[in-house]
Amino acid sequence: MSRTDWEVVIGLEVHAQLNTASKIFSGASTAFGAEPNVQASAVDIALPGVLPVLNRGAVERAIRFGLAIGAHVAEKSVFARKNYFYPDLPKGYQISQMDLPVVQGGAITIRVGEGEQAYEKTVRLTRAHLEEDAGKSLHEDFHGMTGIDLNRAGTPLLEIVSEPDMRSSAEAVAYARSLHALVRWIDICDGNMQEGSFRCDANVSVRRKGATEFGTRREIKNLNSFRFLQQAIDFEVQWQIDTLEDGGRVQQATVLFDPDSGETRMMRSKEDAHDYRYFPDPDLLPLVVSPDWKARVQAGMPELPGAMKARFMDEWGLSAYDATTLTASKEVADFYQATVTAAGTALAKPCANWIMGDLAARLNKAELDIAASPVSAAQLAGLVTRIADNTISNAIGKKVFEALWNGEGASADEVIDKQGLKQVTDSGAIEAMIDEVLAANQKSVDEFRAGKEKAFNALVGQVMKASKGKASPAQVNELLKKKLG
Amino acid sequence: MIHASLPELRRALDARQISSVELATLFLDRIDALDPQLNAFITVDRDGALAAARAADTRIAAGQAGALTGIPLAHKDVFCTEGVLTTCGSKMLSNFVSPYDAHVVSLLKATGAISLGKTNMDEFAMGSSNESSFYGAVKNPWNPERVPGGSSGGSAAAVAARLAPIATGTDTGGSVRQPAAFCGITGIKPTYGVVSRYGMIAYASSLDQGGAFGASAEDCALLLSAMTGFDPRDSTSLERPAEDYAAALAAPAAARPLEGLRIGLPREFFAEGMAQDVRAAVEAAIEQYRALGATTVEVSLPNAKLAIPAYYVIAPAECSSNLSRFDGVRYGHRAAEYGDLADMYGKTRAEGFGAEVKRRILVGTYVLSHGYYDAYYLQAQRLRRLIAQDFQAALQHCDLIAGPTTPTTAWALGQMADDPVQMYLSDIFTLAVNLAGLPGLSQPCGFGGDGLPVGLQLIGDYFSEARLLNAAHRFQQATDWHTRRPAIAA
Repeated sequence: MSRTDWEVVIGLEVHAQLNTASKIFSGASTAFGAEPNVQASAVDIALPGVLPVLNRGAVERAIRFGLAIGAHVAEKSVFARKNYFYPDLPKGYQISQMDLPVVQGGAITIRVGEGEQAYEKTVRLTRAHLEEDAGKSLHEDFHGMTGIDLNRAGTPLLEIVSEPDMRSSAEAVAYARSLHALVRWIDICDGNMQEGSFRCDANVSVRRKGATEFGTRREIKNLNSFRFLQQAIDFEVQWQIDTLEDGGRVQQATVLFDPDSGETRMMRSKEDAHDYRYFPDPDLLPLVVSPDWKARVQAGMPELPGAMKARFMDEWGLSAYDATTLTASKEVADFYQATVTAAGTALAKPCANWIMGDLAARLNKAELDIAASPVSAAQLAGLVTRIADNTISNAIGKKVFEALWNGEGASADEVIDKQGLKQVTDSGAIEAMIDEVLAANQKSVDEFRAGKEKAFNALVGQVMKASKGKASPAQVNELLKKKLG
Repeated sequence: MIHASLPELRRALDARQISSVELATLFLDRIDALDPQLNAFITVDRDGALAAARAADTRIAAGQAGALTGIPLAHKDVFCTEGVLTTCGSKMLSNFVSPYDAHVVSLLKATGAISLGKTNMDEFAMGSSNESSFYGAVKNPWNPERVPGGSSGGSAAAVAARLAPIATGTDTGGSVRQPAAFCGITGIKPTYGVVSRYGMIAYASSLDQGGAFGASAEDCALLLSAMTGFDPRDSTSLERPAEDYAAALAAPAAARPLEGLRIGLPREFFAEGMAQDVRAAVEAAIEQYRALGATTVEVSLPNAKLAIPAYYVIAPAECSSNLSRFDGVRYGHRAAEYGDLADMYGKTRAEGFGAEVKRRILVGTYVLSHGYYDAYYLQAQRLRRLIAQDFQAALQHCDLIAGPTTPTTAWALGQMADDPVQMYLSDIFTLAVNLAGLPGLSQPCGFGGDGLPVGLQLIGDYFSEARLLNAAHRFQQATDWHTRRPAIAA
């Protein structure tokens, strides 16, 4: 047996931290990075007698998510208590949703792979529910004791659960990336993975190709980067296949991924699993989302990536690949739209080329997000416009871009002016340059006359060089042909 | 002055016949002198009370007094009080000074009422005799060998012995009405959601409701009016205008003031299980109601007997979760010596909780466990709905329901110590009211053969507090049971 005889089955549970200003059941701030316990209110530290009050902003974000994935947003959902003891869980229970989650069903289309191999796939979602985060246990710096920081306790989370629809780590990563882009797109989560705003748990199992039953799954907890997600799944899949091929059995378990060793290891087996004793929280009424509330949230929804992609293709004539790339994230899409708005829709395609080409490469090299691009959408639009109206050539355009990147001018026009890059269109001036080049390159002239086409190109190059790139290549071609003809 | 009603105290304060400081001192001195016999208080806050009384006197002098400005009262120790020890009758919170006020406490503070201190109670409000308190049992003012009832036994005993004119309490399964009956005073538990639970340490969240104790229905009406009102910090608080329950009692006395009132008598409450002396007093009280113009009709609450099993699943289930926060990590008792984390939890909770609390946590943990949840918790919720439906059906035929508050008068201290189930059964007439979320009131209506008070319970539809208080008030205008005092308050 080899790896190709096995099918991998993956489902993801993602915890997206909702970007509300205050916590889900208290008025304390959710800002990241404060001194320990300064953002823990009486409710967050679970003083005797305190009660939770639901933050409607968190619910609204859940509704946005439900609408964005075409899910059923439940008219009535129920908060339940998940009971377990841990020092960073102040109440001894987490308020979550169990039997009746606020978002039910839905789906996301993902694009997996690159180039020719790329394919699209729909991943179904089981549910998404609201819950509160726990605090943090700090095991370092306390000399054998544990410190408790409750700033994070009560931070709103949307737990997004997929169906086991993914069949490779690449699909899992593509799904996670799409979800990550979507929650930022609809502005419900900042997506900051280092700060834990977007965390993945992966349920992984393998089965023989053709089998109809799922294999026994193990859950990999708390993966906080796409790279770790991929590495952890790949390791886990290989471990499960090896185990089964050696005649062993996979036991249901929760495992942790160690980024240093690249391995997963057992945290607890099914036998050790908690009995969480879920029951409806009597301190909270059932959550009712009226059709009216839903309609108001719907009215405030931004255009979603799928719709925007279709519009780019239908109205602006982009290819499917370009449209997909430019709607991969809210920031890229915003930048692109701003550029096209400034340049005019007739230039939608060259704007796309610049963003996906030179700008993307330069940002990548500088390790910058597009939102932090030194060249603004307006500046880029000015540049694209000047190329289109033949003020400069594409080659000079790259120079102007570099100048804008380095802050050498406020606009493409300013750079062109200051550096005298305006394309030379005066045929007299170009003819003069041609005459000089012909005089200095008699050998090339002779070769051309002898039928060597290459020699013509060399002459064009010389003229362009003489013009410092400012002559229009087309015009040089035309005039040179006349002279030699 | 110690027997004065709240309206009489109001007039005396406003007429400067007595100052609030003098009035507070009078009751504080009584507590000092008499409470060692009763153990009704866990904490007496003399300094806080006198400071508040001085402020109240200033307010009265400025002509800005409200109904309760300058009036002393006592809070059940289940309510959080800023800067004052708040124990809930438990070793677990024996060192807990609350950094904030419960909603009820802050409302009463704002009106200028004077908190004398915190009253004893069954640990975490779990009990019907006030014997489960870490601070020791409270004695019944009518007979120190008898229990005062529970869980608000300290508040009831304090009012009965006139250590405070009025007191707050909470009622999860009868914890206001039953001690009111045992101590011969009036107590009311309003509709669930009328009194905010914010700052009221939770026992069983879906059943807990704050309530009021007084010598009379009128005093209860004045206190309850000051305790109610929407609180956005409690999601189960009902958003409705506050009511002035006392205003409804102002109509002049008449020969037949309750003409037209239909009183339902549940067949099941009168069938069996009621002691002869209790039955006699209750039936005499009902006869008195007829004399006041009311008519009676037999009604049925066929599922009422299921209230005990339903309650003893739902309340422990909720308490097992509510009390998880008492883990020794952030406040309250923590075991002095322990090994690992699990050992700290185990020892802290083993030491911090008493037997009855542990029993209910264990029961609650069990009924919520995987595989048992449907059979116990969901089934109990079904029974709860049936019980609520029974009341609604009965109230189609009457304006309020009357019956005994308890099957017997107060029993002897220690009598049920080894038989918790027997004690659970004694709540047969009160539990169903909490399960249905209805308002209930208990008022004194006579004495048993042992010389201990008997309580008459009135139950009404949702938000019928004013009707219950009025019915009790008219009865009290025509009778003097509510003016009887135990020897300690003579």
